[in-house]
Amino acid sequence: MGPKLVHIPTSKAGKRRIRLSLARWKKIELFQVFAMTGLTLLAIFMLLPIVFIMNHAFKPISELFLYPPRFWTNQPTLFNFQQLLLKSQTTVIPFSRYLFNSVLTTLVTVAGTIFVSSMAAYAFAKQRFIGRELFFSFTIVALMFAPETVAIPRYLVIANLGIMDTFLVHVLPLLAAPVGVFLMKQFMEQIPNELIEAAKIDGAKEFVVFFRIALPICMPAVATIGILAFQGSWSQTETSVLFTHTESMKTLPYFTMTLTNGLANNVVGQGVAAAAGLMMFVPNLVVFLLFQRRVLNTMAHSGIK
Amino acid sequence: MSSAAIMKRRWRALLTTLWKQRVSYLFIAPFMICFTVFIVIPIVLANALAFFSFDAISMPTFIGWDNFLAILTQDRIFLQNAIPNTFKFAIIVGPLGYSLSFLLAWLIHQLPKRIRDIFTIAIYTPSLSAGVAMSVVWLVIFNGDRIGYFNNFLLSIGVVQDPQLWLQDPQYFMNIMIIVSLWASMGVGFLAMLAGLQTVNTELYEAGAIDGISNRLQEIYYITIPAIKPQMLFGAIMSVVGTLKAGAIGALLAGSPITPQYSGHLITNHIEDYAFIRYELGYASALSVVLLLLVYGSSRLSFRLFSSKGEE
Repeated sequence: MGPKLVHIPTSKAGKRRIRLSLARWKKIELFQVFAMTGLTLLAIFMLLPIVFIMNHAFKPISELFLYPPRFWTNQPTLFNFQQLLLKSQTTVIPFSRYLFNSVLTTLVTVAGTIFVSSMAAYAFAKQRFIGRELFFSFTIVALMFAPETVAIPRYLVIANLGIMDTFLVHVLPLLAAPVGVFLMKQFMEQIPNELIEAAKIDGAKEFVVFFRIALPICMPAVATIGILAFQGSWSQTETSVLFTHTESMKTLPYFTMTLTNGLANNVVGQGVAAAAGLMMFVPNLVVFLLFQRRVLNTMAHSGIK
Repeated sequence: MSSAAIMKRRWRALLTTLWKQRVSYLFIAPFMICFTVFIVIPIVLANALAFFSFDAISMPTFIGWDNFLAILTQDRIFLQNAIPNTFKFAIIVGPLGYSLSFLLAWLIHQLPKRIRDIFTIAIYTPSLSAGVAMSVVWLVIFNGDRIGYFNNFLLSIGVVQDPQLWLQDPQYFMNIMIIVSLWASMGVGFLAMLAGLQTVNTELYEAGAIDGISNRLQEIYYITIPAIKPQMLFGAIMSVVGTLKAGAIGALLAGSPITPQYSGHLITNHIEDYAFIRYELGYASALSVVLLLLVYGSSRLSFRLFSSKGEE
């Protein structure tokens, strides 16, 4: 029942493909070299800020305000990180508690967002029911509303729900991700109806079709939503500032924010801020690479469309 | 048969259909519940506020269409700065950022599989690190004294005699905003198009080659774009919505919510100004309703443009 069955090429087509790719081999090579040179130059330019952030965190005070400013640091030091550690030891709640809160809420949010958005997207893309267009157009219009004025009504709603100061408030509001649903729907639409019908004739229920066929085919989209959900949850301070009162319910970005608040103007503060920024940023990179690998490794399913 | 009986029968028919489709409702339920509670209700409340005068402390008082009248007749900064700035910004950054996203996604897809993700992360990081990068990189680059990289560079090659105040001069501010936004425009749409390219059936290209497609431009036009049309539409909508709703960038570059002489003042900045500085929340809500209408109109337009282009 898995999608692989559909993809297995006949030996004849396989041979033809080999011959064709041999014929185009030289052309591709030349083009790839050209594309790579251009992209490498651009990539270096795009990566400059990251290089700067990485190096900034390791600069000693004497280099932080150097003229002319430099991207690379001459004498890398862990002084900024020591300062950060020292500062974090003076707080009542241990650093590990914030870290635990952040990791837990982010994991639940990412898993939840993927699950909730792709289920809704599957129904929007592949099922017929009353109100389908209406509900979906609500989702799209919601994307367009400027979030600034919604802050107060949102606060009122959350306060009246009674989920203030719980773990739920870190997760539930983020599960409503119209972008994720929209993105996923665009991918789910491309699954051939024949495939789904064939599975249903074989006796598969909707949930089985969703989990065994729709989700595996849309792995690239799942990974993309995962990346977005992680970024949305990992570095946001809004929940901690507005919707929690207890210090032990707050998350890591809030903690680093309190450390660097009011410090950015003095010389030592710059270093601490850079170290904290780097610490918050690195998980983003790691998660991105992990998920992006998944996008590339699902090439096996590409024969479906 | 009495009309009551007909009504009853219709109701029953409707209920049976709904019951038959219960699985679909089960599928969308988790999303729709969260969505209604955390997005729809707040938006409806915010829209209602547009007809009130509300300062966040005393009770809102109903004033009807007055807020909208004031926007159209009295708000000079909105009409003379925010609207033209937003359109200039969106018309340049939207299409250009979108084409860049597609082009780069496509170029990355041409590379060998093993090194693709390195380039992906390089192109994507600017939008990932926007907040961090902005404060430590672009502000340093466009710093107004001799320390700024750009001034430093121009001074050393002798183009200017004195350091320019790039971020304080209304003349340059908008252009710098556009450059920085373009640099950070490879976001969700870029990722979606890249992921879409991975799902294109490679046999299509071979079939195309047999049918006489000879160069890459033809390949893009006849095979790639039709094959990833849903992702391209997603990218288009996201870039329309993203550029019209943009606003954080000017505030970050200027270091204050109001840009120099309103040179980079976008509609969103105007809303923030009224919501968080003047605390005229009713007026801010009316402004965001106007913005919603603008974004909605433009995205309908791009829906139409896009589907007609794709169907050729």
